[in-house]
Amino acid sequence: MLQNLRNLLKYRGLIQSLVVRDLKARYRGSVLGFFWSFVNPLLLLLIYSFVFTVVLPSSHPKELEPYALFMFCGILPWTWFSSSLLEASNVLIAGGNLIKKVLFPAEVLPIVTVLANMVHFFFGLPILLGFLIYFRHPLNLTDLVWFPVVVLTQLLLTVGLSFIVSALTVHFRDLKDLLANLMTLWFFATPIIYPMALAASVGQGLSKRVLDLNPFTHLAISYQEILFYNGPFGHWKWLLVLLACSAVLFIAGYTLFDRLRDSFAEGV
Amino acid sequence: MSPIAIDARDVTKVYRKFAHRKQFATIKSALLSGSLVRDLRPDETFAALKGISFQVPAGCTYGIIGRNGSGKSTMLKCVAGISRPTTGSVTVNGRVSALIELGAGFHPEISGRENVFINGIMLGLTRKEIARRFDEIVEFAELEDFIDAPVKTYSSGMYMRLGFAVAIHVDPDVLLVDEVLAVGDEGFTHKCLDKFGDFRRRGKTVLLVTHSLALVERFCDEALWIDAGLARAHGDPRRVVGAYVTDVEKSEERALAAADAKAQEHARTEPLAEPAIADPVDAAAAPDDGFKASEGRWGSREVEITGVRLVGEDGHAGHVFHSGEAVTIELGVTARHRVTDFAFGIGLFSADGVCCYGTNTDVADLKSVEMSGSGTARFVIESLDLVEGTYKLDVAVHKRDGYAYDYHRQLYTFRVKSRTKDAGIYRPRHRWEFSPTVRLTPGGV
Repeated sequence: MLQNLRNLLKYRGLIQSLVVRDLKARYRGSVLGFFWSFVNPLLLLLIYSFVFTVVLPSSHPKELEPYALFMFCGILPWTWFSSSLLEASNVLIAGGNLIKKVLFPAEVLPIVTVLANMVHFFFGLPILLGFLIYFRHPLNLTDLVWFPVVVLTQLLLTVGLSFIVSALTVHFRDLKDLLANLMTLWFFATPIIYPMALAASVGQGLSKRVLDLNPFTHLAISYQEILFYNGPFGHWKWLLVLLACSAVLFIAGYTLFDRLRDSFAEGV
Repeated sequence: MSPIAIDARDVTKVYRKFAHRKQFATIKSALLSGSLVRDLRPDETFAALKGISFQVPAGCTYGIIGRNGSGKSTMLKCVAGISRPTTGSVTVNGRVSALIELGAGFHPEISGRENVFINGIMLGLTRKEIARRFDEIVEFAELEDFIDAPVKTYSSGMYMRLGFAVAIHVDPDVLLVDEVLAVGDEGFTHKCLDKFGDFRRRGKTVLLVTHSLALVERFCDEALWIDAGLARAHGDPRRVVGAYVTDVEKSEERALAAADAKAQEHARTEPLAEPAIADPVDAAAAPDDGFKASEGRWGSREVEITGVRLVGEDGHAGHVFHSGEAVTIELGVTARHRVTDFAFGIGLFSADGVCCYGTNTDVADLKSVEMSGSGTARFVIESLDLVEGTYKLDVAVHKRDGYAYDYHRQLYTFRVKSRTKDAGIYRPRHRWEFSPTVRLTPGGV
């Protein structure tokens, strides 16, 4: 296991070039090119702003203003998370040529997927920052120290899940379609477009307990507390527990991937 | 004894056959049937390799030959580490580069330059190493003008050349090559062969999987012949190739015999109506006639051809002969009653329907006197001067005016083999002569 993790470090040059290639190839041929990485989240934010200030101005609690910004804090990391998993479900099959014809470390593929999406997430951050300034939304600098911890937690969680998803999809192609629907359900089971407080007030705390089991709940709340809410970051205990769990998941995911590795060359 | 570069011991590879319901594995079925990796029943598996062992000393060029589906590529993948043997072990000493599919990791949208870097990193080079070899790679691939264009705009030849150039410049200790020399034009192939020669001189090990027997004979120090997952022969390349060629001839012989039997069976069950012209000599004059190209059998059967055998120099009936061999076409005939007007005819056709030779006893100025009961007619060819290829045979017995007793149109197939790769149909007996100022020596290629 340790040996394998050390191998991962050895592949960092390969991972790095593949991430760069992914990013380059994604917008190759489009007029705006790299600029799309900024434009996409910007357009998304504008749409949400329009919907929640013009179309449905009274559908959310008054204390959460600007509401579009609140949602944006959750949607940006969620996009990283869900597109990583959805792409990971197909990455080994799409890269079948590499696995079958070249001596290639397969675990690199899901990692590259997650990292490329992380870079897109980072590209969205300046847009978020711009809007924070535009809305004159104060940021607590001591809270910002926690930001890298949240990102690390999400990274470990996403890579761990991507290992599992990518390895299993080779044998169970159904997973790909299943996952697309599951991610929609997961999105609505996470306090992203509604605040946790709202969910907690429904169904005598049962819904809060269910939501607490969802790991992404704590990531979303962390992002919201750091970037949106004014008060101090109070969710850190949950976050640290999640970080530990994500590390375990990462190891477990990698172990599963490693166990199934030999079957990839035949399965994809 | 030099150190061993590749050591394969008792390698067996069992594949799962994705038959019927197994093809669509679902989570449900896996949960119901237990673990993913469980013992499969024999009828669900296919053994691609059945206990193959061989050693390749360092610095040796080793060839693996065999028919399609014999397990050559599986063996190579096991050596490359792409797939793991089910039982047995493969040990490789030194850096391995596998030319199995060229340009397998290329991304179509980005430029050749970037792909060279990424492909090189995939094959185990560092960015710096690639930068140092970059010009050499591009020059080898002959892509100086296109290296900054996206790979999707490349022709398949350019794509392959670039893939080959990168893989060969990884500078491995052990190079695995799977039938990739057919990628470029003649000039590029020569460059690749030169590169292999260069590899040999520097004491690197090459494992070559190929259908080009000439290449094995010329380049390899040792060869292995795999057939249906079993090692049939290994050692001196000439001996191994010879054994392989003999075996291929034997199986072609069987295939041709089976095809002939089928054609004759078909002709028996569905006899053709008599065509207007049924004379091999006339048929030779009109080879374009579509109808004549089809095989079949017709005639009144007053005289019947009961058996046709092609007998080679060894005195055995067969379907595969060597160019220049003496071959006898033997017809067994039975006359139902006494006939006085008859002629035997023979026609040889190439696989694409061109008549190579046609004659009959009438043309040969042999006048029929009488025939009754059973007998044989032999058409003795002293030297089968045809180039390599598949040929069809017409045999007939008919009246001298063309009225067919029994006409067999292209029901018999035989193959001519030759070590010389000359072209055309007919190989005249010949030799080359030169004045003393023109000098050649045998063993050119």
